[in-house]
Amino acid sequence: MSVREFDVAILRDTVEELCGKLACVLPDDVHDAIEQALEHEDSTVARHVLEDLLLNCEIAAEESVPMCQDTGMVVVFLDVGFDVRFSGNPYEAINEGVRRGYKKHVLRMSVVSDPLRRVNTGDNTPAMVTTRLVPGDHVTITMLCKGFGSENMSRLTMLLPADGEEGVRKFVIDTVAKAGPNACPPFVIGVGIGGTFDQVALAAKRALARPLTESNVDPFYAAMEQSLLAEINALGIGPQGFGGRATALGVAIEVLPTHIAGLPVAVNINCHAARHIQEVL
Amino acid sequence: MSDKVETIRLQAPFTEGEARALKSGQRILLSGEIYSLRDAGHKRLVELIKHGEEPPITLENNVLYYVGPSPAKAGRALGSAGPTTSSRMDPYTPFLIKNGLRGMIGKGYRSDEVVAAMKEHGAVYFAAIGGAGALISRAIKEAEVIAWEDLGTEALRRLKVENMPVTVVIDTGGNNLYEVGPHIWLTRHHD
Repeated sequence: MSVREFDVAILRDTVEELCGKLACVLPDDVHDAIEQALEHEDSTVARHVLEDLLLNCEIAAEESVPMCQDTGMVVVFLDVGFDVRFSGNPYEAINEGVRRGYKKHVLRMSVVSDPLRRVNTGDNTPAMVTTRLVPGDHVTITMLCKGFGSENMSRLTMLLPADGEEGVRKFVIDTVAKAGPNACPPFVIGVGIGGTFDQVALAAKRALARPLTESNVDPFYAAMEQSLLAEINALGIGPQGFGGRATALGVAIEVLPTHIAGLPVAVNINCHAARHIQEVL
Repeated sequence: MSDKVETIRLQAPFTEGEARALKSGQRILLSGEIYSLRDAGHKRLVELIKHGEEPPITLENNVLYYVGPSPAKAGRALGSAGPTTSSRMDPYTPFLIKNGLRGMIGKGYRSDEVVAAMKEHGAVYFAAIGGAGALISRAIKEAEVIAWEDLGTEALRRLKVENMPVTVVIDTGGNNLYEVGPHIWLTRHHD
C-alpha cells in the first residue's frame, strides 16, 4: 500500500472555512427537523418560538451573522487513514484553522486556557480533538461548534447491569427534564451507552455529529431512539420550555462493548443550533 | 388552537406599577434603553454597591439583559446577541432587585430567592429566545460600552432596543411560564 502525503494546510483551511459556515448556516438536517416540528406543533406559544428560530436561521445565513452568540467550543473527530502521512502537525493545523476562522468570521472567543484560573485564550483555541486510526488513505473530519448552555446540562452516570434498558431510559428522560429551558430546546440528544467512563462520553458526543436523517444501524437501537424521542416529546417542555410538543428534534444512540460489571451511560445535550458537519479530505 | 398569546409594547426603563401589570406568558415588544451584563459584570456591580461606591449605572427601574454578544461586523451595533443562562446570575440578583432593578432578560430557570425578591419588590423576568441571536440583534439599534471594557464580551453596555421580542416568564406574582406552559400542554394531551 502506498503512502499518501497529506498537506496539513488542507486541514487548516478546511477548519477555517467550516468555522464560519457552522456559525452562520444551520445544517439542512436540523433546519428540516425544525420545520417538521413546526408542522406538528399544536401550542401557539411554541409555534411562535419555532417560527422565530427559522427566521433567525434566514437572517444568520443572509447576513453572515452567527445564529447564536455562543459560537461554541470546536470539537473535532479526526479519522485518519493508516496510509496517510501528514506533512506537519495536524493538531497545530486544526488550531490554526480555528484561530483564523473565528477571527475572519467575527465569532465570539469563548475558550479559557485553564478551568479555574480562567484566562480567555483570545482565539477560541484549542479545539477538543479526538483522533482515530482507520483503514484507507483518507482523512475524515467531523466537526461540531458546541454551545455550553446545553453542554452544562449534559450528564454521565455508571448504572448497574441490572438497571438495564429501563435504567438507561430513565436517566435519559431525567436528564432532558432537568435541562428544561436552560439548554435551549428543542434539543438534539446524544446518548452513549457502554464502553468505559471516558469512552461513553465520546460516544454520546459522536452521536451528536450524526445527521438527524440517520438512525442507529442496529434496528434494536433505532427503535429505542424513536421511542425515547416520543417519550421526550410527551414531557410538554416544548420550544424554550414555554410548553409544547417539540422538546427534542432527535435522539441518537451510540453503543460500545462494556465490562460484565458495568453499564455506563452519557447524555450529551445539544441545543437547536446543532452545528455539525463532516468532510472527507 | 385555543391558547391565545397577547402581545404588548413596553418601554424601558419602567416603573414598579408597570411591572406589576405584566403577566406571565405575555409576548412583549420591548423598546428603549436596557443594559447588558452577565457573570463577571454582576460580581463587580454587586461588590461596588456593597463597598458603598458609585456604580456606573443606577439600577432604579432598569432592565439587565444577560448577554455576551459576538463582535459587531462593520455597520452594526452588535453581532449575534441572544440570551445566556440566567441561573448563573441568581446569587447576585436578589441584591440587585433590592437596589431597584426592575427587569431581567435571559433564559432558563431562576432560584426561589430570585422569585421571592421579584414578588416583594415588583420585578419581572423575561426570556428572549435562546439561540436566536441574529434575530434579536436586529432589534438592537445602538450599543455603547459603559464600563469594564476589559471584560470583553461581558462588558457593561447600554443598549438601545426597538421592538425586541421577549416573553414574560415570571411575573411579580411569581407565576412561572416554565411551570404553567408545560402543565397546560400536558393537561390538554392527557384528558
